[in-house]
Amino acid sequence: MNCRADMLAKDMLDLEEDEDLEVFSKKLLLTDEDPVANSPSSMLNQYQLDEDEQQTGGAKDLLVTVDSPESRVTAIETFIVYRVVTKTARSEFDSCEYEVLRRYQDFLWLRSRLEESHPSLIVPPLPEKFVMKGMVERFTDDFIDTRKKALHRFLNKIAEHPTLSSSRHFRLFLTAQDFSSRKTPGPGFLSRMGETVRAAAISVRGIKSRPEEFTLMQEYAERFGCKISSVDKVSRRIIKEQREYLDELKQYGPLYGQWAEVEEELREPLNLVARCVDRCGKEAEERLRHLSAVLVPALHDYVLCAEVLKTVTKRRDAIQADLETKNEALASKKADREVAELEKEVDALADRLETANSALKGDWVRWQNDMRDDLKSAFISTAEKNVECYEKCLAVWESFLLSQRRDPVERQDEDAG
Amino acid sequence: MVEKGTSVLKKLEINVAEAEKRTGKNTVNMQETYTVYLVETRVSPPPTPDTLWRRYSEFELLRTYLLVTYPYIIIPPLPEKRAEFVWHKLSADNLDPDFVERRRVGLENFLLRVMSHPVLCKDKIVFLFLTEIENIFSFKSPDKRFTALKQYSDELNTAISQLLRVRARVADRLYGVYKVHGNYGRVFSEWSAIEKEMGDGLQSAGHHMDTYAASIDDILEEEEHYADQLKEYLFYTEAVRSVCRKHELIQYELEVAAQDLASKKQQREELATGMVRVFSLKGMTSKLFGQESQEQRESRLAALEQSIQEGEQALKEKNAECQEFVQTAWEDIERFKEQKDRDLREALISYAIMQISMCKKGIQVWSNAKECFNKM
Repeated sequence: MNCRADMLAKDMLDLEEDEDLEVFSKKLLLTDEDPVANSPSSMLNQYQLDEDEQQTGGAKDLLVTVDSPESRVTAIETFIVYRVVTKTARSEFDSCEYEVLRRYQDFLWLRSRLEESHPSLIVPPLPEKFVMKGMVERFTDDFIDTRKKALHRFLNKIAEHPTLSSSRHFRLFLTAQDFSSRKTPGPGFLSRMGETVRAAAISVRGIKSRPEEFTLMQEYAERFGCKISSVDKVSRRIIKEQREYLDELKQYGPLYGQWAEVEEELREPLNLVARCVDRCGKEAEERLRHLSAVLVPALHDYVLCAEVLKTVTKRRDAIQADLETKNEALASKKADREVAELEKEVDALADRLETANSALKGDWVRWQNDMRDDLKSAFISTAEKNVECYEKCLAVWESFLLSQRRDPVERQDEDAG
Repeated sequence: MVEKGTSVLKKLEINVAEAEKRTGKNTVNMQETYTVYLVETRVSPPPTPDTLWRRYSEFELLRTYLLVTYPYIIIPPLPEKRAEFVWHKLSADNLDPDFVERRRVGLENFLLRVMSHPVLCKDKIVFLFLTEIENIFSFKSPDKRFTALKQYSDELNTAISQLLRVRARVADRLYGVYKVHGNYGRVFSEWSAIEKEMGDGLQSAGHHMDTYAASIDDILEEEEHYADQLKEYLFYTEAVRSVCRKHELIQYELEVAAQDLASKKQQREELATGMVRVFSLKGMTSKLFGQESQEQRESRLAALEQSIQEGEQALKEKNAECQEFVQTAWEDIERFKEQKDRDLREALISYAIMQISMCKKGIQVWSNAKECFNKM
């Protein structure tokens, strides 16, 4: 009883908005499409092909899956929990298999702790709290499924990261059964707000001598965000057009069937054509599903990544700006004690800056490769799916042709023979 | 619009007042729903107006009769049978109240035009159309083959029109899908400018997306040819209907001739025996105004005999005409059916070939794009 009150009190103190607090009246009927694919024992990442696995250089020693979203109802709120299953051979873990339940809030906690422990690393983004532009209702099956897959991607990105995967916060997240009581709150909303304000102020003031590579990085982050957004928009537009096309196509096929009813000789070919059209409709639907399940989530992830890039580079700038300010202050100080103190601070900052710069440089290369691999594989997968669907349609129409060409030949033979 | 009150119409007022939905079994014993229109004819000075219900196909039959009987006259047209030129309705519904209303007005206009024509207004059949309750073109023994044929041609017409309409909408949507892919071309190109290793692959993939977007123009152009082939048979159904109507007309004339002969023979019998079997105006007047003389009777009998012989001859000729029409018409109809089956089957085959070509282009483009993505 007291425990619960404490937990609730903690939740109330949490200044962050409770993202999954919403009255959810629909009964959840979520079944994972492919239970095999979701189990950790299958080495399939949600949207990547098998080839992708080999790029991480051999077998993974840390496999994480997110599945089985379920609704939880308490006195004050309703939210979704996801099951997180971990299989690992790593020695830092006491056991080799873990299964825990986590809610969106917990993922937010993890990300913010990772960000604060590794401010110069590019921490993968989380799916958004709300979906933009009211495209999808907050808690429809689709929304939950999309979010689940994004959360899965998020954890896997961390698991693949050489530095982030060793984080004790990550370990705690994956293993703790009594998570809510053990997760220590991060800097919290207000201090993060402060950081953002400082960063904004710096970007106004400017830095004196930013190393070129970081300038390039920032420019790239800006432009990349723009371009990838456009690609995302185009892809969504294609989905919309394809859906409208499908709606019309659904009415088209049956009309051949209706015509067939009033014909005699033509009845068979007309019915066959009706079937061909319907079959092509199914393939178009498959293309549509694939776009929504594979390409758009991947693109959207990188739209969010672009923002992360901008934030990280600004953070690095902030350290440099701090250092420059302190250096200027040092130059104007005369008193020994003040000078000594400032010198200590400057040294510490210089260290911090150097660490930050090299961490970011390294992670930047890593991120670029990752991005290339991810998007390349998503595009390839889309192209392959399109080829596959067109090939199936081709086969269907060719078999129709075959059925029609056969008859006149047979008749000719009969006449001749 | 024709004004009521032009010369001949001073005596006659015509109104197509209402429209009503009916369901019933037609001559091939199939259930159908159709609209009937109330035709009101007022003769002034009034006795009460004649009102009767006529459906569109009866108007058609009347018009065909006029076309055949007065080939030198420009016969007024009828309003459209189907809602062909609708501005926004998704399907042409002949039972849609707005359409029916507009048609009612059109039919009324047709009758007014006919009745204001100096020659046509005197036609006996037109008069019967306005006054005889019975379907003047109904037959005692309709030729089932022709009725079935008319039914079929209506059904074919409906099937093809619906198909053409939806096909056009599908084509429109498909156009949209392909064209949006063209945006990939532009966006990939811009994106490739900020990338190092990925740039070339993206750029060339973008070109293929442009190709894909452009390919739809030819594809849909070809499909128009297919649509034209279907349209031809849509228009053919009108020609088939017209043959059916002419047949109905000939059958009608045959039955009229037979009835005519029968009634004359009846009159002869009455005259010969002095017995009045059927109530007729002539019979009444003779009773009321006194018996005729023997000479009068004999001269009338002779005239009747003459008329009967002429009538029998006419009937024989009409019979022969009808049989010849049926035979030659049916030969042609069989020929037409074979032609139609052949042509439409070929059309379907060519449609399949078009679809295959479209699939092949799609496979080509996306395979190429995949190669480019591989190089990213």
